[in-house]
Amino acid sequence: MNLFRNVVFIAAIAGLVAGVALACMQAYATVPLILKAEVYEQAEGGHKHEHAAAPADAASGNAMSSAAPAASNTMSTATPAPAEAAAPAEDEGWAPADGFERFAFNVVSNVVTGIGFALILVAVSEFAGGIGNWRQGVFWGLAGFAVFTLAPGLGLPPELPAMPAADLTQRQIWWVATVVATAIGLGLIAFRKSLPLAILGVALIVAPHIVGAPQPDSFETPIPEGLHHQFVVAVTVTNLVFWLVLGAVVGVVRGRFTGSATSLRDSFA
Amino acid sequence: MNTASVSLGASVSSQSRFMQLALAALLGTFIIGFVGFSHIDAVHNAGHDNRHSMAFPCH
Repeated sequence: MNLFRNVVFIAAIAGLVAGVALACMQAYATVPLILKAEVYEQAEGGHKHEHAAAPADAASGNAMSSAAPAASNTMSTATPAPAEAAAPAEDEGWAPADGFERFAFNVVSNVVTGIGFALILVAVSEFAGGIGNWRQGVFWGLAGFAVFTLAPGLGLPPELPAMPAADLTQRQIWWVATVVATAIGLGLIAFRKSLPLAILGVALIVAPHIVGAPQPDSFETPIPEGLHHQFVVAVTVTNLVFWLVLGAVVGVVRGRFTGSATSLRDSFA
Repeated sequence: MNTASVSLGASVSSQSRFMQLALAALLGTFIIGFVGFSHIDAVHNAGHDNRHSMAFPCH
C-alpha cells in the first residue's frame, strides 16, 4: 500500500496548509458576515423560518408607520433591535461556544475538509499522470474550484443563516450530482481528444443547470440583499484561493517525493 | 498539460494502483460527506461556519 500511503501523506500536508489558509481568510471574509446574519436570524425567532417577528425597521423610509406590523421586509437594511436578538434559541444540541472555541472548530473542520478534497484531487490527478509541479497544481486547483464551488454555486449560491432554502436532502443530492457531472464533463474535455466526447462533456456540465437546483417555496428573508451578495463574493473568492493553494502545495510536495530519489518513493515509510 | 515523468509508487501493478487510488478517493469522499453533509446536529454545529463558507447545502 505504498501508493495509498503516499497519496494520504501528500493530501494531509496539502489539506493542512490550504485548510489553515482558508480558515484565516474566512475569519476576515465570511465569518463576520455569518455572525451578522445570525443577528437577523435570531431576531426572526431561532433557526426555523417562522417569519413571526420581522426586524423593526423604524429607520426605513417606508410609507407605513413603524407601528404597523411590518411584513418581513426583504430589502431592509435596518439592524434588528438588541432586545429581539436575545430571543430564546431553540434547542439544537451541542454547539461550540462563540469566540475562540468556535474559531478553533472552524479551523479543524477546514483542515479536515481540505484533507478530504486533497485526497480526491491527488487520487484523480494520479490517474491522469499526477501533478508534477506547483504550476500544474494551480490548474488542477482551478478545475477543483470549478467542480466543487463554481458549478454547484450557480444553482445553489452560498447561503447565510436564516435564508430560505429547499429541502436539505434534495439540495444535497443536486449538489453531489452537479459535482459529479461537472467533474466527468471537464475530464472528458481535458483528457479525451475526441470532439463528440468533448461535446458530451459540455452537455454533462450544462445538464444539472437545465434540470435546475431545488428552490425554496418563498424567497422571503430578513437578510438584506447586499449582505448576501457580499457573502457570495467572499465565499467564491476564498474558495478560489483555497483551491489554488491546495493544488500548488500538492504539486510541490509530490515533486519532493518523486524528484528526490527513485528509491524514496517506493521505500517511503 | 505535461504529465509528470515519474509517478508515485511506480512499482505497483496497474490493478493494485487503481485500487489504491480509488480507495484514497473514496476516503476523501467519506471525509467530505461527514464534515459537509452529515445530518448529525453536533457535527453540523461544529462545522457550521465552514459549511456556510464552503457553500455546502446547510440547514
